[in-house]
Amino acid sequence: MKQPIYLDNNATTPLDPRVLEAMLPYFTEKFGNAASRNHAFGWVAEEGVDYAREQVAKLIGCTEKEIIFTSGATEADNLAIKGVFEMYKDKGNHIITAVTEHKAVLDTCKHLEKVGARVTYLGVKEDGLIDLAELEAAMTPETILVSIMYGNNEIGVIQPVKEISAIAHKHGALFMTDATQAVGKIPVDVNADGIDLMAFSAHKMYGPKGVGALYVRRKNPRVKVTAQMDGGGHERGMRSGTLNVPGIVGLGKACELCRLEMESESIRLAALRDKLESSLSELEESYVNGNTQHRLPHVANISFKYVEGEGLMMAMSDLAVSSGSACTSASLEPSYVLKSLGLSDDLAHSSIRYGLGRFTTEAEIDQAIEVTKKAVNHLRELSPLWEMFKEGIDLSKIEWAEH
Amino acid sequence: MAYSEKVIDHYNNPRNVGTLNKDSKFVGTGLVGAPECGDVMRLQIEVGEDNVITDAKFKTFGCGSAIASSSLATEWLKGKTIDEALAIDNMDIVEELALPPVKIHCSVLAEDAIKSAINDYRVKNGLEAIALEKSHH
Repeated sequence: MKQPIYLDNNATTPLDPRVLEAMLPYFTEKFGNAASRNHAFGWVAEEGVDYAREQVAKLIGCTEKEIIFTSGATEADNLAIKGVFEMYKDKGNHIITAVTEHKAVLDTCKHLEKVGARVTYLGVKEDGLIDLAELEAAMTPETILVSIMYGNNEIGVIQPVKEISAIAHKHGALFMTDATQAVGKIPVDVNADGIDLMAFSAHKMYGPKGVGALYVRRKNPRVKVTAQMDGGGHERGMRSGTLNVPGIVGLGKACELCRLEMESESIRLAALRDKLESSLSELEESYVNGNTQHRLPHVANISFKYVEGEGLMMAMSDLAVSSGSACTSASLEPSYVLKSLGLSDDLAHSSIRYGLGRFTTEAEIDQAIEVTKKAVNHLRELSPLWEMFKEGIDLSKIEWAEH
Repeated sequence: MAYSEKVIDHYNNPRNVGTLNKDSKFVGTGLVGAPECGDVMRLQIEVGEDNVITDAKFKTFGCGSAIASSSLATEWLKGKTIDEALAIDNMDIVEELALPPVKIHCSVLAEDAIKSAINDYRVKNGLEAIALEKSHH
């Protein structure tokens, strides 16, 4: 078994060798610029891009013309939100999003607030889902965009996108979703879900880094975004810049593999995730974070009370996981996503995210369970909080010297 | 983030983990930090004749550097007089463990824990608490 075991597939996934194989010719013999219209090198590259566009469109149920290739989901989020804000300025300046969004959405919204946007940041319920009544109440005639993520990157909860898009449309607003964690993992259909704009990325679904896409609806309604980069007018004028042909071919292949294998893969991963979760729940005072019904099949986020996440990760150096603790950051602030679920800071500090993926095996999960249990028990032996808890002391009653 | 070898050594083989009888008048207990901040240290000293620290124990909730800082502190405390213990500076810990700047607060917490344990001992034995300089945070 390879060490350490990679269980951070929500951060990035390894490239599927089949994707690499599809990409390789586009680095060497098929190196042409897809925008070169007058020779074979350009045509061959363009063919590769066109085919990829079909593969991507097929995965999410749209037409090829609705796919705008970008450098990744962050760029796609920026293009969608800033582009809609600029394009629909005359209609209104209000955007609704949620506090658990990725920084690519939150910081884009914060930027727009400085240039005249009014942004509502919806809170989430204890299970990480937004409250639809709250969304409904936040809608105004000036609302031009509702941007709510499909699946959360830290806890994996899936927002009720169909209901959200219906509310947005009822009030004449567009619905945009950052679906970076969901596309390729669960069925996403832009028509069934009522999505007008959708950002996603190749490297979360076994494709290469540095490439992603923005879906922009062309019919009912026809959506337009103002370009955020000036140049040669590529991608129907919405995203200038020479196309990253090998990357795009890789994204296409990755989408095709996900479409064909998603069903069996998600069943397999959910079973492994459930095994991991139920075994780790045998540890006293461990808590699964987020809604356990509506969520992605491959992620588990668990808090082990009375141990600190970063210390725990150090004891689990055989596992590549991530923690909601931010002991290394200057602010010492734990995960804002976990805090927005109402988790106390100490539970947020005590959390570990396990992200399973296509290449995760059952033997690896078995070892992850063993390593985690050992580490949690070891650190609890060292933890004054655990000792106090065991003595029945109420930790919330202690006056801590905040520092 | 990469940890220094000494941090890893203290983390894997923490010295002097445990609990002394906090009700004993020979024992001073310092509990510093807060769960919300992601680290809590409890450091205890047992003081014998001539103000010499005969035993030291710790338990820490925190990252690897916090655990290593408190483990190192207990090692240093044993055999020292109270006055010598008071002279331990957080930068000595930073140097010994090669802590990076983002982990300096772990050493500060360890120094606070030492002083707080000494004060607990002093107060129990009818002495005045020493004013702690608030040079940080």
